[in-house]
Amino acid sequence: MMDQFITLLPELNKSFLETLIMVAIGLGVALVAGLPLGLLLFVTDRGLFLENKVVKSVTGIIVNLVRSVPFIILLVFLFPFTNFLVGSTTGPVAASVALSVAAIPFYARIVESSARDIDRGVIEAAIACGASPWLIIKDIIFPEIKPGLISGLTITAISLIGYSAMAGAIGGGGIGDLAIRYGYYRYDNFVMFTTVIILIVMVQVIQYAGDFLAKYVKKG
Amino acid sequence: MISIEQLSKVYQTKDRKIIGVDDVTMSVEQGEIFGIVGYSGAGKSSLLRCMNILERPTSGKVVLDGTDLLSLSPKELRTARQSIGMIFQGFHLAMSKTVLENVAFALKASKVGRVERRRRALELLDLVGLSDKADQYPAQLSGGQKQRVSIARSLANDPKVLLCDEATSALDPNTTQSILKLLKKINRELGLTIVLITHEMEVVKEICDRCAVMEEGRIVEEGETYHMFAHPQNDLTKRFIQTVLDFNLPKELLEKSKGTIVHMKFTGELAGESIVSDLLKNYEVSGNILHGKVDYIQNKALGTFVIELTGEDAEVQRAIEHVRQKVEVEVLPHDGSVHHSVAGAE
Repeated sequence: MMDQFITLLPELNKSFLETLIMVAIGLGVALVAGLPLGLLLFVTDRGLFLENKVVKSVTGIIVNLVRSVPFIILLVFLFPFTNFLVGSTTGPVAASVALSVAAIPFYARIVESSARDIDRGVIEAAIACGASPWLIIKDIIFPEIKPGLISGLTITAISLIGYSAMAGAIGGGGIGDLAIRYGYYRYDNFVMFTTVIILIVMVQVIQYAGDFLAKYVKKG
Repeated sequence: MISIEQLSKVYQTKDRKIIGVDDVTMSVEQGEIFGIVGYSGAGKSSLLRCMNILERPTSGKVVLDGTDLLSLSPKELRTARQSIGMIFQGFHLAMSKTVLENVAFALKASKVGRVERRRRALELLDLVGLSDKADQYPAQLSGGQKQRVSIARSLANDPKVLLCDEATSALDPNTTQSILKLLKKINRELGLTIVLITHEMEVVKEICDRCAVMEEGRIVEEGETYHMFAHPQNDLTKRFIQTVLDFNLPKELLEKSKGTIVHMKFTGELAGESIVSDLLKNYEVSGNILHGKVDYIQNKALGTFVIELTGEDAEVQRAIEHVRQKVEVEVLPHDGSVHHSVAGAE
């Protein structure tokens, strides 16, 4: 068994790295684009200081649109866009295009819902202080939801690991790809179990780290 | 200072209109503490929130120091809001900020520099008696302390006026007293105009110079606090005042009583005792004191005296007439069913 493992090791390393790349890019884009989008969804909501029905509904519809397409279909659907963007439709970087597109609205909704948990009164008090919308977002909303933002990233990362397996199935590489190639096509249970165990450990580590970090930034 | 002209606020729901504030015209003078009393749903909170345009009035004007707040651009309105402090029933502190940061936030809103923010915030915390809590989080504070923090925050930009939205309603009686004392102190020392809304007449009695009673979006009575307590006109005002000045004589006592039960109200400088002793000296009646109490409103005494007079009917009548020339007198019925000021109450 040890021999099997050692022969598998180079491939395993490569796949693991590919999964990491996919998840990291997806997560990075989710943070950069999903966070502002989520905040936009929140502050344009009814009764809030940047209430704007048009912006709110258009953004909301786009977010729902992307979220309602099953990931594997989104992946294929985005092939032309991926090809245009990175010049290829295979490999982890290409796969991360679709992963990012899926991650943005996913994370945006998480951001929006954690912002909704803020006591409206706190925002109202900030308005009564004469604070500008930007100051309220930066100095009240953001610090108040920071733990929620981190928990949200944890959830997004774990979902992305799942999605990356699907991306792997159609040429994205990564651990999911490994499991399908060896475990499914070749009935190699050893590889299958190994990949599953690696995925379990990965999810546990991310969850643990996420929880720890969320707790660490929580103040008050 | 603040003048409100024909202000109305209508809430539009899917199937109907709800009138929050109905054509209110009022003004608050520089340096006074003005109270607005009413049951929940009377529109007092809407009215208060219109004063800093947290809610935009449907029609009417809000003028602060000559500036019509409704004519301002968003940016000008933000600047204007910095001169209107506000505190709330639920304190509304940012939980992720320390006490100091919460106060400093208001200064950040007015673009005060970092060093000055810290200095000023510490100064304000000292004013509200919380210097030692600067680095704690709101969750570690009691309700009264949280309200002090929010007072410090509201005072950060040297406001001209402080709006208090049920500021003591979530606090226990002792804490309420200490917060009221603090508000009064701020009012006297900083000359800050205060507008407060409350459903507790006790609060009005304690600190308000003038007050108004609201019902169904309208102001039904308005005047100096002492005058309102001494001579309430409106039934609702009477009911509110009763919550503070109330005395309830046991029903059995009224039923068993053989004499005439007289309720006297002494206002201002009149010394209650001498009138009663004169009465007993000069007329052939005997008196049995059932209740006596003096309330101090705005440092002026308001006395209530209930006495049972026995003697010949004609003499008792003469005695009552005599007293009536000096004070407000009311003869209470014996069945105990009707209390003099309960008229109109449920």
